[in-house]
Amino acid sequence: MAEQVLAEMCSSNRVDDEVTYWVGMALREALANAIKHGNKLNPDKRVFVHMVLQPGAELRIVVEDEGDGFDPEKVANPTDPGNLLLSSGRGVYYMRQFMDEVNFHIGERGGTRLELVKRLNGRRTK
Amino acid sequence: MKTRVRDVGDVRILDLEGKITIGAGDVELRKQIEDAVAGGKLHLLLNLGGVSHIDSSGIGEMVGCFTTLARKGGKMKLLNLTQKINDILQVTQLITVFDVFDNETEAVASFK
Repeated sequence: MAEQVLAEMCSSNRVDDEVTYWVGMALREALANAIKHGNKLNPDKRVFVHMVLQPGAELRIVVEDEGDGFDPEKVANPTDPGNLLLSSGRGVYYMRQFMDEVNFHIGERGGTRLELVKRLNGRRTK
Repeated sequence: MKTRVRDVGDVRILDLEGKITIGAGDVELRKQIEDAVAGGKLHLLLNLGGVSHIDSSGIGEMVGCFTTLARKGGKMKLLNLTQKINDILQVTQLITVFDVFDNETEAVASFK
């Protein structure tokens, strides 16, 4: 649902389709991390998503879980030769590749509050 | 995700279409690969030309499949990467791990 809201928000604000695609992927990774690693798949725990788009300026997405927090420093670099064939551990790396800012904070509920920022310099081309 | 399964000689080809993302294709991909291995098909070609989205979970399944087959003496290769999937494999340097083809005949022949 959050992805659909993002797509509609980007479409109505004439955000470039390429930008929308990569931000959508970053959002999916953020939500997957929040549900799987943050809330540990606990259906009683919630994930909060907040999106603000300033046309021509930036798109800011905040994803907050109700888990026990997360230390981004412990995430190994998946491009290190010894990690290339691991079957997990690429989500945060992808977010960092596709967004301009990826900031981890401690949320108000004690979980992880992840802030994703994409600068918007271009307009839709088609 | 939709999957069409074809066998060309001893190569199992999976024509994948749609999303290979967490909860929407990653499990299906794993099942297809497990079925292939259980059926003795250790040469696997994933046709990704119809895949619109893939995420780290889908990529993880592909890497897991690659290593599983390698341990069993098999091989997994990729066919028809879209530009976006190519980009996704490039940024994590997995493009250096997989054999990638844009011609099915050549891909099938490469297993021999």
